[in-house]
Amino acid sequence: MAWTRKILRVNLTAGTCKPEPLNMEWAALYLGQRGLATKYLAEEIDPKVDALSPGNKLIMATGPLTGTMASTGGRYSVITKSPLTGAIACSNSGGFIGNEMKMAGWDMIIFEGKSPNPVYLYLENEHAELCSAEHLWGKSVWETDHLLHNAHQDPQLRIACVGRSAEEGCLYAGVINDIHRAAGRSGVGTVMASKNLKAVAIRGTRGVGNVRDFKAFFKATQAAKAVLAGNPVTGEGLPKLGTQVLMNVINEVGAMPTRNMREVQFEGANRISAEAMLVPRESDGKPNLVTNAACFGCTIACGRISTIDPKHYTIANKPEYMGANGGLEYEAAWALGSDTGVDDLDALTYANFICNEDGFDPISFGATVAAAMELYEIGAITKETTGGIEMKFGSAEALTRSAELVAKGEGFGRELALGSKRLTEKYGHPDLSMTVKGQEFPAYDPRGIQGMGLTYATSNRGACHLRSYTVSSEILGVPVKTDPLTTDGKPELVKAFQDATAAVDSSGLCVFTTFAWTLEDIAPQVDAACEGGWSPEKMLEMGERIWNLERKFNMDAGLTAADDTLPKRLLKDAAKTGPAKGKVNELHKMLPHYYEIRGWTPEGVPTAETVSRLRL
Amino acid sequence: MLKALQLEPEKCTGCLQCEMACSYENEAVFNPSKSRIKVFNFHDEGRFAPYTCSQCSEAWCMHACPVEAIVINQQTGAKEVIEDVCVGCKVCTIACPFGTVNYNSDSGKVIKCDLCGGDPACATACPTGAITYVDADHTGLARMKAHAGQSIPKN
Repeated sequence: MAWTRKILRVNLTAGTCKPEPLNMEWAALYLGQRGLATKYLAEEIDPKVDALSPGNKLIMATGPLTGTMASTGGRYSVITKSPLTGAIACSNSGGFIGNEMKMAGWDMIIFEGKSPNPVYLYLENEHAELCSAEHLWGKSVWETDHLLHNAHQDPQLRIACVGRSAEEGCLYAGVINDIHRAAGRSGVGTVMASKNLKAVAIRGTRGVGNVRDFKAFFKATQAAKAVLAGNPVTGEGLPKLGTQVLMNVINEVGAMPTRNMREVQFEGANRISAEAMLVPRESDGKPNLVTNAACFGCTIACGRISTIDPKHYTIANKPEYMGANGGLEYEAAWALGSDTGVDDLDALTYANFICNEDGFDPISFGATVAAAMELYEIGAITKETTGGIEMKFGSAEALTRSAELVAKGEGFGRELALGSKRLTEKYGHPDLSMTVKGQEFPAYDPRGIQGMGLTYATSNRGACHLRSYTVSSEILGVPVKTDPLTTDGKPELVKAFQDATAAVDSSGLCVFTTFAWTLEDIAPQVDAACEGGWSPEKMLEMGERIWNLERKFNMDAGLTAADDTLPKRLLKDAAKTGPAKGKVNELHKMLPHYYEIRGWTPEGVPTAETVSRLRL
Repeated sequence: MLKALQLEPEKCTGCLQCEMACSYENEAVFNPSKSRIKVFNFHDEGRFAPYTCSQCSEAWCMHACPVEAIVINQQTGAKEVIEDVCVGCKVCTIACPFGTVNYNSDSGKVIKCDLCGGDPACATACPTGAITYVDADHTGLARMKAHAGQSIPKN
């Protein structure tokens, strides 16, 4: 059955921790993690609630395969209502906290209310206790991790926590676990801090033993591991080059958003790419990349562990940044680099370290700095606004200084911390915010990859690549190649990817496996672990159910079809170079048909028939 | 041919598949906290290292045991804990210079690597070849070959 069938309900207002049985009727419909926690959230909170009020809840949830030997089976998600978008938020992270929660005997933890004073949750198997975090408030993620390990004298403790940015109200703060893995998007860390919850420290020694059919499980997971090992992306590209393998590829196809998405190709891409991370530096003869690293149970191991050039200006007299730490993934390298026009690999690595150290999303941060740079260029903000920073495109100093300010909630960092939508509105140029539903875009320009335009516009958590990564099909040809420059067939493609991804995100597995795996590989693993007869068709239908549940939550929260759109720049200003030269994103050709195949009204609302078919 | 576990830390990514395989083989549960092999993360250096019992010939643990609960498996050379005999006194955990014998509070006995009777589950599970089960007399062969390659004059 793989579920522990137990959830921990933590009422922060009352200071209580109570176990309760998992609702197995819901588990049969929503499996776990993203789907099941969204069901709990939708049932338990008013979607119109202020995201930063005690009425919002925050759920940390594992999937049934979390903590098993299935490859990548260590994922967990943080589900809440987002303060950045006002929509549903679900941020997924690897590292080692999800498996530890499961090993301790819990499928999920629901946090409700707000603690009168800063606290952290200490969870050792059945023992759950809220402890004072007065001494941790105002500390970074790294300091908090260190202090908690020392306090409990347990090197095997796993810790997820928020940094200073979250405490200071940065709207895109994440929950960081294991020093540098992040449930990074949509401000889930901001919600955690708003509840005066600093950290969750877990030690689980019970293990995961309740797999439905061990023999079938080993057979299915072994076969699936062989598929990952034999695939050129998951078996070779990702371990060697990480997600950064995409930098040069996406730049060549003309879908690399550059300088706040004014351009679609970045002349400095090869200086901040995966390949650049392998080139030995002059100062110490070592490359940026130290090694690749795995999250729990992952046989791909795409994680980057990096060092900064010891002679680089960012770390002069700062020994705490001289060791190896979580390095640049493609999204961070793009947002901190191409989108700001900065091609200094070490400055980007430093900014990325800061994002981890104080727990904020490098995508939203980088894109907000890019918007600020454009505001600066057109004179809408000046050095007086920025507190003396010359906010010019291409300035590494502006980028790294901005990161330091957002980390601590100081100076102009307080404005950058609210995201590009609020920043550009404040200074009178809302069109310069490259966001959907208030969340910043990731690293694929939808003029060069048409399906991604529909993906962003309809994503339930605001602009996001991880809700339907049609780049797989449109650029990489997985599972089948489609033309990135046409809209033909894209509504169907986006819907299929959205539904399948929602299913994967509810299982405990990593979505990166889907470079190699389809639901045909994933369903047998879930089915061997869980009761319920999980066929690929059932998984896909469940994904569709989850998608509609999230949609319904957003509609109830007050969002409408008018929010399913893209910034004017992407709809009106054609790409200037590359294969997509002359193209805009043709969202209007895709959206109506997408609503239709979703079983939604022309206003984007699920019809009564759809609601009943999906048993919502 | 006697075989031994060969550990090559430079190939390890820290995924813990070995710990899950070990705990499942021995405890029928995925539970790294009950694994006989452990992977250590040297975070600031960006290095991972798997580590377990190297099956010493003159095993400290075996000599220290007051009730002769640790015996040699003649087939594999492994020093195995006879659970029924072990009294959980933990003297072996003190005697072992490498820390690879540990107490299991759930069973009240000690646990250590027994090479899974000659088919170590950790080596099978390792996705990167950081743990292999090879000729005990030649665990250095691969490393030797790599260095030998460097000794050939380049044209």
